[in-house]
Amino acid sequence: MGPLMQGVLTIFVGVFGCVAYYYFSNLFLDRVLYPARGDDAGRNINRANAVRPWLFLFPALFALSLYLVYPVVGSFWRSLFDRSGDAFVGFQNYRSLGADPEFRSAVVNNFLWVLVVPAASTFLGLIVAQLTDQLKWGGVAKSLIFMPMAISFVGASLIWKFVYANDPNIGLLNAIRGAFGAPSLDPLQLPFWNNFFLMVILIWIQTGFAMVILSAALRGIPEETVEAAILDGANPFQIFFKIQVPQIMGTIVVVWTTITILVLKVFDIVYTMTGGNFGTQILPSYMMEYMFRDDGRATAVAFVIMILVLPVMIWNIRQARKELR
Amino acid sequence: MADLKLTEVAKSYGPVDVLKHINLEIERGELIVFVGPSGCGKSTLLRMIAGLEKITGGELQIDGQVVNNVPPAQRGIAMVFQSYALYPHMTVHENMSFALKIAGKSKAEIDAAVSRAAKILQLEPYLDRLPKALSGGQRQRVAIGRSIVRDPKVYLFDEPLSNLDAALRVATRIEIAQLKEQMPDSTMIYVTHDQVEAMTLASRIVVLAGGGIAQVGTPLELYERPENTFVAQFIGSPQMNLLGGRIVGTGAQTRVELPEGQGTILSNYPTRDSDLGLTVEVGIRPEDMLPTDGPDYAYAGEVEIKEALGEVTLAYFKKQKPEHDPVIAKLPGIHTGLRGRVMHMTADPSKVHLFSNGRSLLYRD
Repeated sequence: MGPLMQGVLTIFVGVFGCVAYYYFSNLFLDRVLYPARGDDAGRNINRANAVRPWLFLFPALFALSLYLVYPVVGSFWRSLFDRSGDAFVGFQNYRSLGADPEFRSAVVNNFLWVLVVPAASTFLGLIVAQLTDQLKWGGVAKSLIFMPMAISFVGASLIWKFVYANDPNIGLLNAIRGAFGAPSLDPLQLPFWNNFFLMVILIWIQTGFAMVILSAALRGIPEETVEAAILDGANPFQIFFKIQVPQIMGTIVVVWTTITILVLKVFDIVYTMTGGNFGTQILPSYMMEYMFRDDGRATAVAFVIMILVLPVMIWNIRQARKELR
Repeated sequence: MADLKLTEVAKSYGPVDVLKHINLEIERGELIVFVGPSGCGKSTLLRMIAGLEKITGGELQIDGQVVNNVPPAQRGIAMVFQSYALYPHMTVHENMSFALKIAGKSKAEIDAAVSRAAKILQLEPYLDRLPKALSGGQRQRVAIGRSIVRDPKVYLFDEPLSNLDAALRVATRIEIAQLKEQMPDSTMIYVTHDQVEAMTLASRIVVLAGGGIAQVGTPLELYERPENTFVAQFIGSPQMNLLGGRIVGTGAQTRVELPEGQGTILSNYPTRDSDLGLTVEVGIRPEDMLPTDGPDYAYAGEVEIKEALGEVTLAYFKKQKPEHDPVIAKLPGIHTGLRGRVMHMTADPSKVHLFSNGRSLLYRD
């Protein structure tokens, strides 16, 4: 049997299996388990209706627990074992993380990333959204700014490797330095500042995302409130910061937290650009460094990242729900 | 002195003229209502006075000063929007004080102005609330309060009642009339498509149609002496009946013969001898149609539809031609057995209007 036939068969079985599950389980509930006849007809209908949602939710709940909950619990369990996974070591992996200066530097760097990237992306996205809304060729500008979103992080890193190249004939940065007569250098090896050069890449990618969402939010503001502010004598800056921005605060928070969650997970950029060298390590790339070598330690890092992401995510979901209301 | 003067004001979007030849003088303390059908440019004219739309021709003066290119905030105007346009993230107090804060007024001054306005509008208990916690009528009052605190020369209202339900609309209309009485020196310009609002509020009404002014006058002037058939039919409900006719007698009173088996009618509109034989349109308001038994009737018709409103009964006569508007009579009180009956109608000569080519014979040179 060819792979095509296998695929078609799988789809067929999957779709009709699902339909059959819903149909026959519902039938079983209504006809066999709690039939709507006899002395207890009314009570049976109520019971059937109480059970029905769980019946229909079961496949989703089952898949979610299999593919989301089990891995989380499993990872945590794995992080309590040693490198080969044979010996139970308790919290030893977490203790050695704390003792590792590279881990501590990764935490500090990650903290910087979380502070800078969401703030810069959201701020730039907001400014760009506001400015392009007024322009005739704003649509073109928006598409150009949004385009990096479509590039994979590794691809984007490769592009920026050229920008940062330690050769004035290739690297844009060094070409500019060269024009002023300054000697060529490798920006990625400048201690501390190289972190920011890496952040620029993610900001470059994420500004488009922030811009699209915030642009839609800005358009949703009632035009009259802006006109009322004009009549009240507000200048463009006051209108923007005192009338428009407060009205889209909810959306700004959602964009901000969404990018924050992303920042806590991105490893590709650091992995591709510096491999975590020169003091640019962050948690996800630190995790990648240990993965397959010491899974106990890598899962411990993964768990630390999850703990860090969790509160931001809860806030994000709450804010998004508030927006929907 | 004219508080506001518009000279040949025009507005065009590219080749499309939306408004042209707008000439209007508004005195201090007047409440002017711009009224007209949808798309006649009344809101656009208001927004041009506010400075939210650019004036593309002519001149706008406020207090004797040309303000065509003066930014909106410096024109001494305040505007109440149809959608209220309250700042949703600010409390009532912050909404009302925003303009003063921008202007750099002291906190004491701001608080004094806000509490004065809140008192006038009975908003004192709500000063700390956000707009979303207010009812439609309260939001409208906050929007008005936001204007009052700025103490403008001219208040602009853009259909302020159209988002309110019917009962609240009447109550708020009366509140606006009372507000005007409390501030006799303020000039107000009010845009509406509701002729009841126009008739009840206005010191003068400006009827706009087809991008120009159809007539300016007090509400009763427009009702009693409309300049043209547009104003005649726009003011009053149901609209004025227009019947084709021919002048058969001239002088201080004019006699008009209505064709096709109808009678004749007298009008107090004076005419010259040369008008004999002129084709005219006879305008009679439904409320001025009187049933008559005598031989001297103007219009005879069979009642096709009857609408009993209690205080009055509307009788719609059968149309002679399908493209005509039906002739309507508004009969006081309750009438039974009207449908299918042939009625003869006439009218008091003082209530009979004559138009030639859509223009009133009263306003000829």
